[in-house]
This record gives sequence, C-alpha cells and structure tokens, in this order.
Amino acid sequence: MDPQLQPLMDVLQQVKGYIYPNEIELQWGLLVVVYPYVTGLVAGAFILASLERVFNVREVQPTYRLSLLTALAFLIVAPLPLLAHLGHPGRAFEIFLTPNLNSAMAMFGFIYAWYLMVVLLLEIWFDYRKDLIQWAAGETGLRRFLHRALTLGATDLSERSLSFDRGAGKLITLIGIPSAFLLHGYVGFIFGSVKANPWWSSVLIPIVFLFSAIVSGIALILLLFLFSSLVRGKDVDMACADKLASFLLYALIVDFSLEMLDFIHRLYEAEESIKILSQMISSRLFLSLVVLQVLVGTVLPMLSLFLVSPAFRSRGLLAAPAELRRLVYFSAAVLIQIGIFSTRWNVVIGGQLFSKSLRGLTVYKMELLGIEGFFMSALLLLLPFLILYLLVVLLPPWPDREARVADG
Amino acid sequence: MESAGEPEAGGLDRRDFLRKSLPVPLTLLALLRAGEPEAEKKAEGDASKPPAYKASEHNYAMGIDTSRCIGCGRCAEACKAENDVPREPFYFRTWIERYVVQTNGETVVSSPNGGIAGFPPVNETGIVRTFFVPKLCNQCANPPCVQVCPVGATFTTQDGVVLVDQEYCIGCRYCIQACPYGARFLHPVTHTAEKCTFCYHRLIKGLVPACVEVCPTQARIFGELKARSSPLTRFMRLHEIQVLKPHLNTEPRVYYANLDGEVR
Repeated sequence: MDPQLQPLMDVLQQVKGYIYPNEIELQWGLLVVVYPYVTGLVAGAFILASLERVFNVREVQPTYRLSLLTALAFLIVAPLPLLAHLGHPGRAFEIFLTPNLNSAMAMFGFIYAWYLMVVLLLEIWFDYRKDLIQWAAGETGLRRFLHRALTLGATDLSERSLSFDRGAGKLITLIGIPSAFLLHGYVGFIFGSVKANPWWSSVLIPIVFLFSAIVSGIALILLLFLFSSLVRGKDVDMACADKLASFLLYALIVDFSLEMLDFIHRLYEAEESIKILSQMISSRLFLSLVVLQVLVGTVLPMLSLFLVSPAFRSRGLLAAPAELRRLVYFSAAVLIQIGIFSTRWNVVIGGQLFSKSLRGLTVYKMELLGIEGFFMSALLLLLPFLILYLLVVLLPPWPDREARVADG
Repeated sequence: MESAGEPEAGGLDRRDFLRKSLPVPLTLLALLRAGEPEAEKKAEGDASKPPAYKASEHNYAMGIDTSRCIGCGRCAEACKAENDVPREPFYFRTWIERYVVQTNGETVVSSPNGGIAGFPPVNETGIVRTFFVPKLCNQCANPPCVQVCPVGATFTTQDGVVLVDQEYCIGCRYCIQACPYGARFLHPVTHTAEKCTFCYHRLIKGLVPACVEVCPTQARIFGELKARSSPLTRFMRLHEIQVLKPHLNTEPRVYYANLDGEVR
C-alpha cells in the first residue's frame, strides 16, 4: 500500500460508530482552517479602518493606515492556503476563466479581485498619494524611485486635486464596507450553504463569520498598535487603545450572542443530527470548542474587557491604571485570536468529524510536514506579518510622522 | 425495349429472351442503388463500428431491492476491478452496508472494506432483524455536487448520469463535501474527484453496469426510466419505492424497494 495512505489506516482504527467508507479521508484540513481565519482578519481590519473614515471616530485615527496595510498584507496571503490545498493548483485559473456561475465557490475570484483591486489598493493609493509625492521629493535612491513609481505619475498637489483624493477615499470606503461584508460573508456562505452537512448548513453562519471577523480584526490591530508603539519607543495613545478595546468588547458581545443563538436554536430544534453533534461537542470538539473557543477565547476576554475598558463607563468598572489596561488589552486580544482561530477550526474540522450517516465520529490527524502540514500553515500565518513589515517600511503608517503632522 | 412489346412472342427463342430481358433488372437495380448512395456508404462504414450512441435517447436509473441483497460484496469487487478504483478500504464507488437492529433499540451498521469480502457472522441473540443495503452515487436529478463545482468539471449528461471530467477537475473537494451520501472521494493518484458513473463506458456499448452484471440475486436493476417497458419500469411498478434522504430534495435516481427507515 502507498505509505502516504498509512495515516488513513490509523484513522480507520479510531472511528467510533459507523461512517461511510469514503469519509475516512478528511477532505479539508488545516489549510482550509487558515483561509477563513485570514480573510476574517482582512475584513475585520478594513471595517475598523472605515470607522474613522466614514463614522468619524476620531480616537482610532492613529490606526487607520495600519489597518489598511494589515488588511492588504493578509489579503495577499488569503488565496495561498486554498491554492496549496488544491489537487491541481495548475488548473486554479479555470475558476476565473470558466466559472460555473451556479457555484458559490466560483465567485471567489471575482470577489477577491474586486476587493483587492477596487477597494483596498485604490483606497490606499488615494490616501497615500500626497505623502508619496512629498516623500519622494525629500529622498534619494531606491526609496525615491519606489515612492515616485507608486504615485503612478499623478503628482498634482493642488488643493482641488487633494480634495478629490479625500472624496474618492471616502467613496471607496463607503463601497468598501459592504465589500468587506461580502468578502467574509461569502466565506461563511461556502459553508452555510452545504445542505448535506447539518453542522454547516445554517443561515446564521455567514453572519457569525462576519462578526467574528470584526472581532478578530479589531483584536489584531489592537495587538499591532500596542506592539508597534513598544517597538518604536512611543507612548501608547491610550485614547486610541481605550476606544479600540471598547469597540472590541461591543463586537465580541454581538458575536457571542449570535453564536449562542445558533447554539440554542440547534439545541431547541433538536433535529435528527442533534445526537451525533452533541456527542461530537462533548468528545472530539470539547477542547477546541468548549475550552478554547468559548471559555478562553470569548468569555474570559469579554469579562476582562468589560471590567477594565471604558466601554460602558468613562473610566471602566474597575478604574484600572493605564499600564494595567494595556496589559489586559494585550492579553485579551491574544486570547481572542486563539478563540477565533478555534472558531474556524471548529467549523471546518468539526463539520467533517461526524459522518453524514449521523452514526459515527472520525478523527483528524494533523501532519507536521508536507503541504497540508502544521509548518506550512504556520508559515502562511507568519507570511502576512513579513509582508506587513515590508509595507510599513515602504509606506510608514504612523500618524506622528512629520509629513502627517504638517498636514494638521 | 421494343422487343418486349413485340406481338409475335412465339418467335422469341430462349437465347433472345435472355439476351433482351437481362438488362431490365440490372438497370432497375442500378437505378435503385443510384438513388441512395449516402446511405449505402454509411452502411458500409458502420459495419466495423457499433451503432452511434445517442445520449438523448436514454434516461438511466437504478433500482435496488434491499430484500434481495445477500451482502456477498461481488458488486463492490466488480466495481473496483472494472473502474480501477484504488484497493484501499477508503475509496469506493459502491459499497454494501449491513444493518443489525437489536432488541435494545440500537442499530449497528457496518461495512468492513465496503463489504467486498462479505461480513463477519453476527451474534444471533438479541436481534430484531438484519439486512444489507448497497450504496452508490444516487445520480441525483438535482445534484448538489454539480451545483457547487466551481469550474463545471462535474456535470449531468443528457442520459441522466452525473460525471466528472478528470481533465478539468481542480481538486478543491467541494463536491465531496456537498454530497449527502458520501459517494465521492478524491482519487489518490489523479487528485481529482471520483464517483460511480453507472459504468458509463459500458452503457454506451449497450452493456449494464458491472455491479448489476455480477449481482447473483438481481438485487440491482438497471435500465431506462422513461421507457414503457424495461426491467426498471417493471421493478418500479411492482414495488413501493423510496429514495435516500428525500428531505434534501436531491431527487435521487437510485430507487430502493423494501428500504428500512433506519437507512440514511
């Protein structure tokens, strides 16, 4: 027998109850967990950026450009886990060339291209254009060349031209919010529309995905904001951090309520799948769902943010000093990332751990090496940070740069 | 032909008669053959090939009488041999499930290696009833797998069979997720989706699927769904018919007779 198939023989030994013979091979592994996690961060970071632009939340202005660059860095990586997962990556382009218009998955190419080209790149370009011209004027060598090239030759700095930039940026953000909803709602729909799978088939899944995306995006930007202030030796802008933490708490409450609604709804309806799903939650998914997703990743950060952040009272329920607040925010944001990653895991892997015969449970054997392995996924999760670093070097997003101060 | 109209027939000797009348049938024959040169050429060309297969003239489906299945596994074995299905116990285009309904209310289902080598004996106490159920792709008329395929590599033929284009499938596995019956798998060598084709390569030669061919009890009945008389229409007239997971509205074209409510 092919030695590569040996892991499946081991799975065969661990099946509980009856599963269809073709279900022994788990179809979507860790890479497909990474994909919705990454797109969720894109959508969440963008929605945070739009808070400042569209809803005029002044406090979070320092994170505006950082959010856009983060969204871009993660969006560039988003299709890679899917590509790596395909049986024939060389044929991936057929999704663009000959899409089956009845297929939700076929829309991926169009939504992705729309979001990357029309929304993110354009918004970043309009926002940076003036700075690019000014930076290029005071630089030499490669940086000057790159910044000049990025202006695409549009070097008009007249007031009329700049006000066009602002107007265009605002319009794109307006288009961008529903687009970000579409980007991640679509990912939820991929799962939510599979009627064969009772764990996935729910109209709430796209909405739960969306709010968990907002949660993960805000938490990531909060982490990056605190981390970058530390690295750059700047004092943390606490007004901004407090505001981010408050929004994080609001989003977390909505997200948790939706997840509970989904859970209670399933429990109350108690369809034919309820027995096997309950078995799965209390055995195979207990650690990742009950412990990591709900307790560690949601309830704990929600309580700590509730006590410390000034979300409901101007000084927070505990009136904690700034240093403690920063520590709590940082820990809560890390826990939330763990929780949201577990959420993706529980949806993707959980949906394949029970048989569609509703008579048995299987296991997922994660490999370490190989394309579907742990290290590949870890690499794909680190890659966006590398891209973000390069972007930040090329397009400094810091509001305290002289160029920004000069703008007023 | 003036001689034919000659009044003195008696003056015509045998030699004259033969000489003068012979051209008549020959000319007639030549005229008749000249009238259909195309048809003649085609007939000559087709002599070496079977008649052309027209998908639009067929509408295939399968009937399965679970009360006839003895769980011998010949169908699953024949399928693997006929279609080069990998021999490992997790790739099947068709398989057999055994249901053991016990007096304690539990139902134990098994399908060791798809039932290819039969089933181990059951403990005979505490059993209400046992039965076998052959499973395969249901060739749905409303197939979720075809709906979700992002590139259209899986499609329904005119004769009602759902197929996968191996040259086109990108191996995303969405169709495998969308199938409610666990009928699909990813071929470990070609890395494309695979499933039962009703042995389409046999159908176009006028043969029945391999599993139907080898079934010793005729538990599988294959044929035309819309024909006025076919083994399948007879089977469907004489039995009460059910399909698997009807609530999912996939409209399966594999029809079960004597199906137990325990079967999913």
